[in-house]
Amino acid sequence: MPPEQPVFLRVRGVGRRYAGVTALADIDVDVRGGEVLAIVGENGAGKSTLLKILSGVVQPSDGDLQVADESGNLQSVVLDGVRDATKAGIALVHQELNLAENLDVAGSIYLGREPSRLGLLDLAAMRRDARKWLARVGLDIDPGTLCGTLPIAQRQLVEIAKALSCEARILILDEPTSSLSAREADRLLEIMAELRARGVAVVFVSHHLDEVMRIADRVVVLRDGHKTGELARGAYDRATVERLMVGRDLARVERRASRAESRVRLKVEGLLSAHRKKAPVSFEVRAGEIVGLAGLVGAGRTEVLEAIAGVTNAGARDGGRVMLDGAELVGASFERVRRGVAIVPEDRARNGLFLEDPVSMNMSLAWLDRSSRARLVDGRGERSLVGSMIARMQLRPAQPARRVQTLSGGNQQKAVIGRWLAVDPAVLLLDEPTRGVDVGARAEIHAEVRRLADAGSAVVFASSELEEVLLLADRIIVMHEGAIAGELAAHEASEVAIMHLATGGTHAS
Amino acid sequence: MKKALGIIGIFTAIFIVASVFGENFLTGINLMQLTQRASLYSILALGASLVIVTGGIDLSIGSVVCLSGIMTPWLLVEKEWTPMQVIPTVLAVSAFIGLCHGLLITKLRLQPFLVTLCGLLLYRGLARWLTGDQSQGFQGEFEGVRSIALAKFAIPGIENYRIPSTVIPAIVLAVAIGLFLSRTVWGRWLLATGRNESAARYSGVPTARLVTLSYVACSLLAGFGGMLFIFDIGSAQPSDFGNFYELYAIAAAVLGGCSLRGGEASVIGVLFGAATLQVLRNTITLVGLSSQLEFAVIGTVLLVGVAADELIRRFSARRLERLGART
Repeated sequence: MPPEQPVFLRVRGVGRRYAGVTALADIDVDVRGGEVLAIVGENGAGKSTLLKILSGVVQPSDGDLQVADESGNLQSVVLDGVRDATKAGIALVHQELNLAENLDVAGSIYLGREPSRLGLLDLAAMRRDARKWLARVGLDIDPGTLCGTLPIAQRQLVEIAKALSCEARILILDEPTSSLSAREADRLLEIMAELRARGVAVVFVSHHLDEVMRIADRVVVLRDGHKTGELARGAYDRATVERLMVGRDLARVERRASRAESRVRLKVEGLLSAHRKKAPVSFEVRAGEIVGLAGLVGAGRTEVLEAIAGVTNAGARDGGRVMLDGAELVGASFERVRRGVAIVPEDRARNGLFLEDPVSMNMSLAWLDRSSRARLVDGRGERSLVGSMIARMQLRPAQPARRVQTLSGGNQQKAVIGRWLAVDPAVLLLDEPTRGVDVGARAEIHAEVRRLADAGSAVVFASSELEEVLLLADRIIVMHEGAIAGELAAHEASEVAIMHLATGGTHAS
Repeated sequence: MKKALGIIGIFTAIFIVASVFGENFLTGINLMQLTQRASLYSILALGASLVIVTGGIDLSIGSVVCLSGIMTPWLLVEKEWTPMQVIPTVLAVSAFIGLCHGLLITKLRLQPFLVTLCGLLLYRGLARWLTGDQSQGFQGEFEGVRSIALAKFAIPGIENYRIPSTVIPAIVLAVAIGLFLSRTVWGRWLLATGRNESAARYSGVPTARLVTLSYVACSLLAGFGGMLFIFDIGSAQPSDFGNFYELYAIAAAVLGGCSLRGGEASVIGVLFGAATLQVLRNTITLVGLSSQLEFAVIGTVLLVGVAADELIRRFSARRLERLGART
């Protein structure tokens, strides 16, 4: 990697304070064309703040931003708003996807700058050009498709296509692979490499150090708002980066020995989801067992978890049976929750959290039903429960009255999981349990899930991260196109074996 | 309580303006009439707020008021039923109407706006057809049962003012609904459902039942309110009785701090919201403004109140962000 790539964006001494609290201090970074720059750090380290400053969403309290003009000379700029940043050739793809679900793909890409002829939308041109940008990100879909009907992975690619269509020189991606399956993440990394080859500067934040190791030319490490290191490719290894992130060596978590008992707690028989009638899904989970559902996005893992929990709207039309401790689970989700089935949904903002409500309300909701006498809320009991769950989940900051909205992703997820752990569910279903969650919080969540299993519950989780599947599961069920493609014991599983099954290969053994 | 501070402020301001400029405002008879009206509208507004908390809306309140208010004298006078038969029947009809709304909304997944808009047309039409569009009244009889809404209780030491009996159901209902929302599991669930229906369902809340329950309660209170209204005024025309009452109820709930997005409510705010609208109507007449301006004035006050609320909310959200944002 020649170091003399042109600097597109120079950050000098940039800091940001919120009401006296320093979120970011004294950051120096050069963003160069034809280079992939990774920004890593724990939640709360200041990564998002830095991205927001680079993309004009917030203004720095201190320091200076310089953008290269056409002849390559750096000029100080003030990026007041996203529009300024776009003009300077900087585009941000948010972690939370921002596509309007009622627009088609072409309409989304050109939202706000639609080509028109005689005052009418030039739909033909829009679709033609959209197709070009979609091809650039390897997405082969009709530009007339409604965004709402696309899976998350494809929406992400549409967002990137949109950013590229703005002629961005600097593409900023906030946790771009957090919603993608392993294969889609691979594809995205390839696309990032292609963009780099075209001279684009790619800046991305990631919690996946594997990806960072694979693609980044330079890594900037943040901790508590300060830059603790900047390492060029070849000068970093995983352990060094982790140490710079957390300020200490992370203890390597070993896969636990399975403590599954022989007693079957959860039995799924011939489950058919309404829109995927292809192959019935059957499996069993024993007490104390953690089963991981692996597979590509769209393989049907979420449908299986939601059918067990009874939360799908089409629930009544699903075929098959679910048994808990020998008795069939029937009825709506609330009846199943009462029998001890808990689900931590994939999309926590939409299906998991009451964002405008305080931590206490979010964490006590399931417990209320079990604890209340004569349907009255036991205020004192609630306070003490919330206090102890905050401590148990190591929720930060430990403030019960704080709105959940203001917590980081990892702490939000802890609040959802804590809601269920408070009632000791017989079956815990987790859909992508640590998406968008930092390394430290991930280890804490895993530890709590293991503790629940060790106490005799049955745990089923779906994850697109093979690393997580291999680390947490006792047994791995791999799904492919709505059916079970194969089953692997954790000790005999490998990433290669899982991917083989997940992509439609047949079990070799 | 915090949510109610805004409307208490508005109420106080309008009350002072009315006291200063309205010549007969502070007379006992006027205040008595005001308390009566505010209580009656509070009952409707409390029902509306239960539906609004779930993120829904009930446009049929005025027509339910009409149907129950017309049915009551019609059954008593024309059909010669006894009050002990009429009151449970009318309340049951009202509750059944709410049950239909709730089931159409939760089971058929129709939009609350549409379901209750159809209800608005349906029940008024029904009331007019039942009675042949003839004015219905008690014809000077049934003083006993009418005293439910007409009785006045003297306060020792105060000469000109007596408390109207309708204050009692309004206060009892307000306390009950306040406790329901803040102290019971179902109340908490109702708020959670309004805040995020999907997350509530994933958390084991029987959301469909709660939403249905809120529509039953709203229609039941509208029917009860309609009965009290007719006891109070004595006779009414099916073609215009209860017109726009749903808008007074919804406006009172919104002024009182219920967000139309759902998930937020303040019972005290709703009471003050209902009272504010009545004081405002009264003031318009007393200060000599044309009564034709009534709707315009109420619309303006509502708009200003809601806009101020939104601005304050946005300001505090921004402050929260400044304090909390550190991601």
